[in-house]
Amino acid sequence: MKNIVLEARNLTKFYNHNKVVDNVNLQIETGEIFGFLGPNGAGKTTTILMALGLTEPSSGEVNIFGYNSTREPLKVKRVTSYLPENVGFYEDLTAQENLKYITRLNGIPEKKADEKIEEVLNIVGLSEEANKEVGKYSKGMKQRLGMASVLVKEPKLAILDEPTTGIDPKGVEEILNLIVKMSREQNITIMLSSHLLYQVQKICTKIGIISKGRIVAQGTIHEIGQEVLKINKEDSLEVKVNPKLSPSIIESIKKIEGITKVEKKSPEHSLEEIYIKYFREE
Amino acid sequence: MNGLKVVFWKEMADHLGSRKFIILFAIILAMSVSVVYILSQSISEYLTETSKEYMFLNLFTISAGSLPSFIFFVSFFGPLIGIIFGFDAINSERSKGTMSTVLSQPIYRDALINGKFFAGLTTIGIMLISIILIILGLELGVLGIVPNIEEISRMGLFFVASVIYIGFWLSMGILFSIIFRQTTTSALVSVMFWIFFAFFILMIASVIADQVVPLDQNATLETITKNDEIKNMILRFSPVVLFQEIVIALLNPSARAFGVSSLIKLSELLPTSLSISQSLMVIWPQFVGLIALMLICFAISYIIFMRQEIRAT
Repeated sequence: MKNIVLEARNLTKFYNHNKVVDNVNLQIETGEIFGFLGPNGAGKTTTILMALGLTEPSSGEVNIFGYNSTREPLKVKRVTSYLPENVGFYEDLTAQENLKYITRLNGIPEKKADEKIEEVLNIVGLSEEANKEVGKYSKGMKQRLGMASVLVKEPKLAILDEPTTGIDPKGVEEILNLIVKMSREQNITIMLSSHLLYQVQKICTKIGIISKGRIVAQGTIHEIGQEVLKINKEDSLEVKVNPKLSPSIIESIKKIEGITKVEKKSPEHSLEEIYIKYFREE
Repeated sequence: MNGLKVVFWKEMADHLGSRKFIILFAIILAMSVSVVYILSQSISEYLTETSKEYMFLNLFTISAGSLPSFIFFVSFFGPLIGIIFGFDAINSERSKGTMSTVLSQPIYRDALINGKFFAGLTTIGIMLISIILIILGLELGVLGIVPNIEEISRMGLFFVASVIYIGFWLSMGILFSIIFRQTTTSALVSVMFWIFFAFFILMIASVIADQVVPLDQNATLETITKNDEIKNMILRFSPVVLFQEIVIALLNPSARAFGVSSLIKLSELLPTSLSISQSLMVIWPQFVGLIALMLICFAISYIIFMRQEIRAT
């Protein structure tokens, strides 16, 4: 028996007779990093808002840890953290004060809250800027502070809405690492919405694809790939040759049994590799 | 309840440390102190035989030369204070993106709006009471006028009325901050309503009254009274007018009625002072009306806020 953290059943939402979310069924199990994919305006955020009980579904229901999001939103919100798209903070307060407000709203005792705030600021790498006003933060720092605000209430489920939009590649990598760390070290189940496929593929254990309000596919990337693309892809092996490729090597590889195709490729450099290398060494 | 308390203290800290609070406080303080000071220089000219009994209260109500009285300042600037603390209450949270963060914490949604309203009201109370106490101290120190118990309790009632009055403008500001997404729009609409209730309603009331009961040169006393009654009825929709009547009755113990009819009745009465409970009775309807206006305004904001959905933009 697997433990279901979040379950949506026939979830539907109308905005002015427009079906924004259409009969969505979702299941997220403990420990998963669930990637919720879809283009802008597909209904990702609306589904998330309904899961948190911030928006009422037109029909259907969402349960988180067995609590109904519409009827028991407080119980749901006690165990769930939410990072909104374009997270905002009180700009004239410091990072520490912003997090303090969140711990107070959660009713965490002062002493424990102070320790926890220090700990999470450390995790996201903002301890040195803890007493700086958030108004002076860069976009990437704000996003990391957002991650801190997710962690500070010690959730069992974290729902992150587009956590990597609008930040530079180095920042994206940091955020993705943080998410993986959260999942592994703190045992937090994660639901992550995004339209950046490359990042999702890197960290998600399972995905759901939503298009025009409907879930069109759900499962591991491998499962969906087989189901949707209906091809059993051949396994491929990349071989690096030093210093130069001679035709005789290709010929001898081709002779090995089971090899169907040998292709010569010139080295490609991705801009991202170059970028990250440069800024890491800086 | 925890959520309400947390929001309340956060908002209080924000208000008391904010620039707008300090600036407003400085302006109102400077004005009221200067009014009291000028009055104290020339108080003997303004005092009649009957008002000597309430010399302390008189300092708040009479105006010196070109400078208006202290209560005029409160009735004029009170709305501005309320609007300034209310107009960006909700829509600034929305535009900064803090709203969904706060509401995704385990608090009831009304904790946010209630906390903001009570924090605004408390800030206004703190502001008013400190100004009143400063003036009281000045009078004691500079003039040596000691207020009697009745004057102090009248001042207490004046304080309560002022908080309710400014509370109305606060809740109206909050209402517009819920309806309009732009802070500039909500500020402008609030100011528009303030101008309407403070100035335009005077014109509208007399125009309507003259239409319903036309006055000409040989108008009888009866028609004049009728005209005046209609005018007053319309005027009393305005919280500014309600507040002014309340304050007149509270701070001027000989006031007992308003409008033309008061002049007629007054001529038959001895100009003695009323006791505090009788003064209260005179303006009880206005008092209840003001409280009702504030509560209705807040109730509308509350309902709209609770029904409004958090939406994906």
